[in-house]
Amino acid sequence: MPSDYFPVFVFLLIAVGFPVMIIALSSIVGPRKPSPEKLMPYECGVDPIGSARKRLSVKFYIVAMLFVVFDIEAIFLYPWAVIFKDLGVFGVVEMGLFIVILFVGLIYAWKKGVLEWE
Amino acid sequence: MTLFFFLLIAIVTVISAILVIVLRNPIHSALSLVLTFFSIAGLYILLNAQFIAAIQVIVYAGAIMVLFLFVIMLLNLEKEKRVSEKHPLQKAFGVSIALFLLGGIGSIVATGVLYGNMGTETAAKVSAVGNTKAIAGLLFTDWVLPFEITSILLIAAIVGAIVLTKKEL
Repeated sequence: MPSDYFPVFVFLLIAVGFPVMIIALSSIVGPRKPSPEKLMPYECGVDPIGSARKRLSVKFYIVAMLFVVFDIEAIFLYPWAVIFKDLGVFGVVEMGLFIVILFVGLIYAWKKGVLEWE
Repeated sequence: MTLFFFLLIAIVTVISAILVIVLRNPIHSALSLVLTFFSIAGLYILLNAQFIAAIQVIVYAGAIMVLFLFVIMLLNLEKEKRVSEKHPLQKAFGVSIALFLLGGIGSIVATGVLYGNMGTETAAKVSAVGNTKAIAGLLFTDWVLPFEITSILLIAAIVGAIVLTKKEL
Protein backbone atom coordinates (compact mmCIF):
# COMPACT_ATOMS: atom_id res chain seq x y z
CA MET A 1 0.00 0.00 0.00
CA PRO A 2 1.23 3.55 -0.66
CA SER A 3 0.70 4.43 3.02
CA ASP A 4 3.51 1.98 3.89
CA TYR A 5 5.87 4.45 2.27
CA PHE A 6 4.95 7.34 4.58
CA PRO A 7 8.13 6.75 6.69
CA VAL A 8 10.17 7.04 3.47
CA PHE A 9 8.48 10.39 2.80
CA VAL A 10 9.26 11.60 6.33
CA PHE A 11 12.85 10.41 5.88
CA LEU A 12 13.15 12.35 2.61
CA LEU A 13 11.72 15.47 4.25
CA ILE A 14 14.31 15.26 7.05
CA ALA A 15 17.14 14.38 4.63
CA VAL A 16 16.37 17.44 2.49
CA GLY A 17 15.27 19.76 5.31
CA PHE A 18 18.30 19.27 7.55
CA PRO A 19 21.00 20.38 5.06
CA VAL A 20 18.75 23.21 3.82
CA MET A 21 18.37 24.41 7.43
CA ILE A 22 22.13 24.14 8.10
CA ILE A 23 23.07 26.04 4.92
CA ALA A 24 20.41 28.68 5.55
CA LEU A 25 21.54 29.13 9.17
CA SER A 26 25.22 29.42 8.26
CA SER A 27 24.43 31.96 5.54
CA ILE A 28 22.38 34.03 8.02
CA VAL A 29 24.64 33.75 11.08
CA GLY A 30 28.08 33.40 9.48
CA PRO A 31 30.17 36.51 8.76
CA ARG A 32 31.22 37.03 5.15
CA LYS A 33 34.68 38.41 4.43
CA PRO A 34 35.63 37.29 0.90
CA SER A 35 39.19 37.59 -0.30
CA PRO A 36 40.74 36.36 -3.59
CA GLU A 37 42.46 33.47 -1.78
CA LYS A 38 39.23 32.39 -0.12
CA LEU A 39 37.27 32.44 -3.38
CA MET A 40 39.81 30.29 -5.18
CA PRO A 41 38.75 26.70 -5.94
CA TYR A 42 40.16 24.41 -3.25
CA GLU A 43 42.45 21.68 -4.58
CA CYS A 44 43.98 20.09 -1.48
CA GLY A 45 46.02 23.23 -0.80
CA VAL A 46 47.74 23.21 -4.20
CA ASP A 47 47.33 26.27 -6.43
CA PRO A 48 44.82 25.33 -9.16
CA ILE A 49 46.26 25.13 -12.68
CA GLY A 50 44.08 25.91 -15.69
CA SER A 51 40.32 25.62 -15.88
CA ALA A 52 38.42 23.13 -13.77
CA ARG A 53 36.09 22.60 -16.72
CA LYS A 54 38.22 20.17 -18.61
CA ARG A 55 36.86 17.61 -21.00
CA LEU A 56 36.65 14.18 -19.46
CA SER A 57 38.13 11.20 -21.24
CA VAL A 58 35.61 9.15 -23.19
CA LYS A 59 36.80 6.07 -21.26
CA PHE A 60 34.61 7.16 -18.34
CA TYR A 61 31.62 7.02 -20.67
CA ILE A 62 32.22 3.38 -21.66
CA VAL A 63 32.59 2.39 -18.02
CA ALA A 64 29.30 4.19 -17.24
CA MET A 65 27.63 2.46 -20.19
CA LEU A 66 28.81 -0.98 -18.99
CA PHE A 67 27.55 -0.06 -15.52
CA VAL A 68 24.08 0.78 -16.85
CA VAL A 69 23.89 -2.49 -18.81
CA PHE A 70 24.89 -4.73 -15.93
CA ASP A 71 22.77 -2.68 -13.53
CA ILE A 72 19.74 -3.56 -15.65
CA GLU A 73 20.84 -7.20 -15.71
CA ALA A 74 20.90 -7.16 -11.91
CA ILE A 75 17.43 -5.53 -11.86
CA PHE A 76 16.06 -8.44 -13.91
CA LEU A 77 17.61 -10.89 -11.45
CA TYR A 78 15.58 -9.48 -8.54
CA PRO A 79 12.10 -10.57 -9.73
CA TRP A 80 13.58 -13.79 -11.12
CA ALA A 81 15.07 -14.63 -7.71
CA VAL A 82 11.63 -14.21 -6.13
CA ILE A 83 9.99 -16.92 -8.24
CA PHE A 84 12.80 -19.07 -9.58
CA LYS A 85 11.68 -22.05 -7.44
CA ASP A 86 8.23 -21.94 -9.06
CA LEU A 87 9.72 -21.69 -12.54
CA GLY A 88 11.93 -24.76 -12.16
CA VAL A 89 14.23 -25.78 -15.01
CA PHE A 90 12.52 -23.33 -17.41
CA GLY A 91 13.53 -20.44 -15.17
CA VAL A 92 17.17 -21.56 -15.08
CA VAL A 93 17.26 -21.92 -18.87
CA GLU A 94 15.67 -18.52 -19.64
CA MET A 95 17.83 -16.62 -17.17
CA GLY A 96 20.87 -18.63 -18.31
CA LEU A 97 20.25 -17.56 -21.91
CA PHE A 98 19.82 -13.92 -20.82
CA ILE A 99 23.05 -13.95 -18.82
CA VAL A 100 25.00 -15.79 -21.55
CA ILE A 101 24.01 -13.18 -24.16
CA LEU A 102 25.15 -10.37 -21.86
CA PHE A 103 28.29 -12.32 -20.97
CA VAL A 104 29.19 -12.35 -24.67
CA GLY A 105 28.98 -8.54 -24.49
CA LEU A 106 31.29 -8.52 -21.48
CA ILE A 107 33.79 -10.79 -23.28
CA TYR A 108 33.63 -8.48 -26.32
CA ALA A 109 34.35 -5.45 -24.13
CA TRP A 110 37.15 -7.35 -22.41
CA LYS A 111 38.77 -8.45 -25.70
CA LYS A 112 38.59 -4.89 -27.04
CA GLY A 113 40.54 -3.73 -24.00
CA VAL A 114 37.78 -1.55 -22.55
CA LEU A 115 38.44 -2.83 -19.04
CA GLU A 116 42.09 -1.79 -19.23
CA TRP A 117 42.99 1.80 -18.47
CA GLU A 118 45.78 2.58 -20.94
CA MET B 1 -4.76 11.93 1.85
CA THR B 2 -3.72 10.23 -1.38
CA LEU B 3 -5.00 13.26 -3.29
CA PHE B 4 -2.85 15.58 -1.16
CA PHE B 5 0.27 13.53 -1.79
CA PHE B 6 -0.57 13.17 -5.47
CA LEU B 7 -0.92 16.94 -5.85
CA LEU B 8 2.28 17.56 -3.88
CA ILE B 9 4.33 15.10 -5.95
CA ALA B 10 2.71 16.13 -9.23
CA ILE B 11 3.52 19.81 -8.61
CA VAL B 12 7.15 18.93 -7.77
CA THR B 13 7.33 16.75 -10.91
CA VAL B 14 6.01 19.45 -13.22
CA ILE B 15 8.13 22.25 -11.72
CA SER B 16 11.35 20.21 -11.80
CA ALA B 17 10.59 19.06 -15.36
CA ILE B 18 10.14 22.70 -16.42
CA LEU B 19 13.41 23.60 -14.67
CA VAL B 20 15.22 20.92 -16.73
CA ILE B 21 14.55 22.89 -19.92
CA VAL B 22 14.59 26.41 -18.45
CA LEU B 23 17.88 26.29 -16.52
CA ARG B 24 20.89 27.46 -18.50
CA ASN B 25 23.61 25.41 -16.76
CA PRO B 26 23.46 21.81 -18.05
CA ILE B 27 24.55 20.39 -14.69
CA HIS B 28 21.64 22.19 -12.98
CA SER B 29 19.31 20.75 -15.63
CA ALA B 30 20.64 17.27 -14.91
CA LEU B 31 20.10 17.76 -11.17
CA SER B 32 16.49 18.84 -11.69
CA LEU B 33 16.07 15.80 -13.92
CA VAL B 34 17.12 13.69 -10.91
CA LEU B 35 14.39 15.40 -8.88
CA THR B 36 11.90 14.69 -11.69
CA PHE B 37 12.85 11.00 -11.69
CA PHE B 38 12.50 10.82 -7.90
CA SER B 39 9.05 12.42 -7.93
CA ILE B 40 7.93 10.10 -10.74
CA ALA B 41 8.99 7.24 -8.45
CA GLY B 42 6.71 8.81 -5.84
CA LEU B 43 3.85 8.77 -8.36
CA TYR B 44 4.51 5.07 -9.04
CA ILE B 45 4.23 4.38 -5.31
CA LEU B 46 0.86 6.13 -5.26
CA LEU B 47 -0.18 3.85 -8.14
CA ASN B 48 0.71 0.76 -6.05
CA ALA B 49 3.68 -0.01 -8.29
CA GLN B 50 6.39 -0.26 -5.66
CA PHE B 51 8.75 -2.42 -7.71
CA ILE B 52 8.65 0.02 -10.62
CA ALA B 53 9.26 2.87 -8.17
CA ALA B 54 12.39 1.16 -6.85
CA ILE B 55 13.59 0.50 -10.41
CA GLN B 56 12.88 4.13 -11.28
CA VAL B 57 15.19 5.28 -8.49
CA ILE B 58 17.92 2.66 -9.08
CA VAL B 59 18.08 2.74 -12.88
CA TYR B 60 16.91 6.23 -13.86
CA ALA B 61 17.94 8.41 -10.92
CA GLY B 62 21.08 6.31 -10.48
CA ALA B 63 22.53 4.71 -13.58
CA ILE B 64 20.98 6.76 -16.40
CA MET B 65 21.82 10.03 -14.64
CA VAL B 66 25.47 8.96 -14.31
CA LEU B 67 25.46 8.44 -18.07
CA PHE B 68 23.86 11.87 -18.65
CA LEU B 69 26.39 13.59 -16.41
CA PHE B 70 29.27 11.91 -18.23
CA VAL B 71 27.89 13.08 -21.56
CA ILE B 72 27.59 16.64 -20.21
CA MET B 73 31.16 16.49 -18.92
CA LEU B 74 32.33 15.02 -22.24
CA LEU B 75 30.80 17.88 -24.21
CA ASN B 76 31.58 20.36 -21.44
CA LEU B 77 30.62 23.65 -22.96
CA GLU B 78 32.37 26.49 -21.26
CA LYS B 79 30.35 29.59 -20.55
CA GLU B 80 31.63 31.64 -23.48
CA LYS B 81 30.93 28.79 -25.89
CA ARG B 82 27.36 28.41 -24.68
CA VAL B 83 25.95 30.74 -27.31
CA SER B 84 22.30 30.02 -27.83
CA GLU B 85 21.74 29.31 -31.47
CA LYS B 86 18.34 30.51 -32.54
CA HIS B 87 16.67 29.56 -35.74
CA PRO B 88 14.07 32.07 -37.01
CA LEU B 89 11.40 29.37 -37.28
CA GLN B 90 12.23 27.89 -33.85
CA LYS B 91 9.73 29.89 -31.87
CA ALA B 92 6.86 29.49 -34.34
CA PHE B 93 7.51 25.76 -34.54
CA GLY B 94 7.63 25.35 -30.75
CA VAL B 95 4.48 27.36 -30.18
CA SER B 96 2.51 25.46 -32.83
CA ILE B 97 3.54 22.06 -31.39
CA ALA B 98 2.69 23.25 -27.86
CA LEU B 99 -0.74 24.43 -29.06
CA PHE B 100 -1.28 21.09 -30.84
CA LEU B 101 -0.47 19.13 -27.66
CA LEU B 102 -2.61 21.47 -25.56
CA GLY B 103 -5.49 20.89 -27.96
CA GLY B 104 -4.99 17.13 -27.68
CA ILE B 105 -4.99 17.17 -23.89
CA GLY B 106 -7.87 19.67 -23.84
CA SER B 107 -10.04 17.52 -26.10
CA ILE B 108 -9.49 14.49 -23.84
CA VAL B 109 -10.35 16.50 -20.72
CA ALA B 110 -13.39 18.04 -22.46
CA THR B 111 -14.80 14.66 -23.56
CA GLY B 112 -14.35 13.40 -19.99
CA VAL B 113 -12.58 10.13 -20.89
CA LEU B 114 -9.92 10.46 -18.20
CA TYR B 115 -10.09 6.90 -16.97
CA GLY B 116 -9.58 3.77 -19.04
CA ASN B 117 -11.13 0.41 -18.27
CA MET B 118 -9.83 -1.16 -15.10
CA GLY B 119 -7.41 -4.04 -15.71
CA THR B 120 -7.82 -7.51 -14.23
CA GLU B 121 -4.79 -7.07 -11.94
CA THR B 122 -6.23 -4.83 -9.24
CA ALA B 123 -4.11 -3.36 -6.46
CA ALA B 124 -5.65 -5.70 -3.87
CA LYS B 125 -4.96 -8.73 -6.06
CA VAL B 126 -1.35 -7.69 -6.66
CA SER B 127 -0.58 -6.91 -3.03
CA ALA B 128 -1.98 -10.33 -2.04
CA VAL B 129 0.91 -12.08 -3.83
CA GLY B 130 3.42 -9.25 -3.59
CA ASN B 131 4.33 -6.63 -6.12
CA THR B 132 7.64 -8.11 -7.28
CA LYS B 133 6.20 -11.61 -7.45
CA ALA B 134 3.26 -10.45 -9.56
CA ILE B 135 5.61 -8.80 -12.07
CA ALA B 136 7.95 -11.79 -12.09
CA GLY B 137 5.13 -14.25 -12.63
CA LEU B 138 4.13 -12.47 -15.83
CA LEU B 139 7.57 -11.40 -17.03
CA PHE B 140 9.16 -14.84 -16.92
CA THR B 141 6.21 -16.78 -18.34
CA ASP B 142 3.98 -14.81 -20.73
CA TRP B 143 6.56 -12.16 -21.65
CA VAL B 144 9.65 -14.32 -21.83
CA LEU B 145 10.45 -13.38 -25.45
CA PRO B 146 10.54 -9.60 -24.81
CA PHE B 147 12.65 -10.36 -21.74
CA GLU B 148 15.20 -12.29 -23.82
CA ILE B 149 15.16 -9.60 -26.52
CA THR B 150 16.10 -7.08 -23.81
CA SER B 151 19.47 -8.82 -23.57
CA ILE B 152 19.98 -8.28 -27.33
CA LEU B 153 19.16 -4.59 -26.83
CA LEU B 154 21.66 -4.35 -23.97
CA ILE B 155 24.43 -6.10 -25.92
CA ALA B 156 23.74 -3.70 -28.82
CA ALA B 157 24.28 -0.83 -26.36
CA ILE B 158 27.63 -2.31 -25.24
CA VAL B 159 28.85 -2.90 -28.80
CA GLY B 160 27.62 0.51 -29.97
CA ALA B 161 29.37 2.37 -27.15
CA ILE B 162 32.63 0.49 -27.76
CA VAL B 163 32.58 0.93 -31.54
CA LEU B 164 31.86 4.67 -31.22
CA THR B 165 34.46 5.42 -28.57
CA LYS B 166 37.38 3.07 -29.20
CA LYS B 167 40.07 4.52 -31.46
CA GLU B 168 41.43 1.21 -32.75
CA LEU B 169 39.19 -1.83 -32.60
